[in-house]
Amino acid sequence: MFGLRANAPFSRTAMTEPLDTREPMTRMRAFWCGALAMFGVPALVLYAGILGYGAFAREAGLTLGQTLALPIFLQALPAQVVLADHAARGASLAAAALAVSLTAVRFLPMTVVLMPWIKGHGGPRWHELLVVHFVAVTVWIEGLRRLPNIQTEMRLVYYLGIGIGILTGTLISTALGYLAAGMVPQWMAAALLFTMPLTFLLAMIETARARTDLFAIVAGVVIAPFAYLWVPGFDLLVTGLAGGTIAWLLGRWGRA
Amino acid sequence: MAARTMGTGMSGLPGVWNMWGGYLPFFIAGFLASEPWRWAGALIGRDLDPQSEVFIWVRAVSSAIVAGLVARIVVFPTGAMAMLSSPTRFGAAAIGIATFFAFRKNLGAGVVFGTLALLVGHFSIG
Repeated sequence: MFGLRANAPFSRTAMTEPLDTREPMTRMRAFWCGALAMFGVPALVLYAGILGYGAFAREAGLTLGQTLALPIFLQALPAQVVLADHAARGASLAAAALAVSLTAVRFLPMTVVLMPWIKGHGGPRWHELLVVHFVAVTVWIEGLRRLPNIQTEMRLVYYLGIGIGILTGTLISTALGYLAAGMVPQWMAAALLFTMPLTFLLAMIETARARTDLFAIVAGVVIAPFAYLWVPGFDLLVTGLAGGTIAWLLGRWGRA
Repeated sequence: MAARTMGTGMSGLPGVWNMWGGYLPFFIAGFLASEPWRWAGALIGRDLDPQSEVFIWVRAVSSAIVAGLVARIVVFPTGAMAMLSSPTRFGAAAIGIATFFAFRKNLGAGVVFGTLALLVGHFSIG
């Protein structure tokens, strides 16, 4: 598995790693090729973390149906935990909506970054508004990794495939976590949870296209813990604006 | 507790959170509270030139946000991860990153070795 890359077309890795092909494909094929991302490393790691969400939601008192509805509505693990937690504590609808909305601000810049890949589809524009529902860290990273190798017109459908494929895996994993809550030893749960941030970080480094992106990753890692202590709730917003601006200035200075 | 929340259709949630089986409040405070950010991103991003300075800045902001999310989870863990000591967490992250680069940016290698390092750290140094 290790060392083999996408240019080995018949290896098992080639199934789930980005294929380097821009050959024409039908919509159907684009969709299913995208859906294969549900067996990729970022997706598998997400499922591991999602098991923990399922168990957490059950502890919080949600039904299985409600626990499955949250990933469909939100498509974002941190927001799901925030919302389930607010509901369990009997918070007001407004307070919960505000907290969730704050965790979701990050989707704005993430969607902006994705749009150049999506917009060449040639269909009606409202298709774009539907497909961006699948902007969440794992699906987004898989999109940035894979879309450059896909024919321009098929990228929207391909991204939809990634989104629906990973959502399917997410729902299965959520149900398993809900049903198996308390059966997994703590150390194993901890290890499963740890894989998620590590994968996010490594996939970010992998998809970085310019030095500015790498500066931004380093700045984000350094600033976030301080921002969390100073302005909890707004910490990711502050981290993004401060870290992103510093990285942009450094990169600009390098380009000049 | 499990028997109470399963099968009956009634959740163990208080007050307003049980309306329409809980699906309506979750739709309002979940979908409606988060989705407009994605729509705004789609509308702004569509007409932005990927070579422009604004786009490069937005890209940097989104990278910093996701990296910040990672740092927050590792530095201030919640749930089961909170039982891991900080040397174990930081050491495992460092080993994961090092293996990732050693295997020419292979995601699988970084994740597997980082997690193995975490388990070794947890059962040896605590």
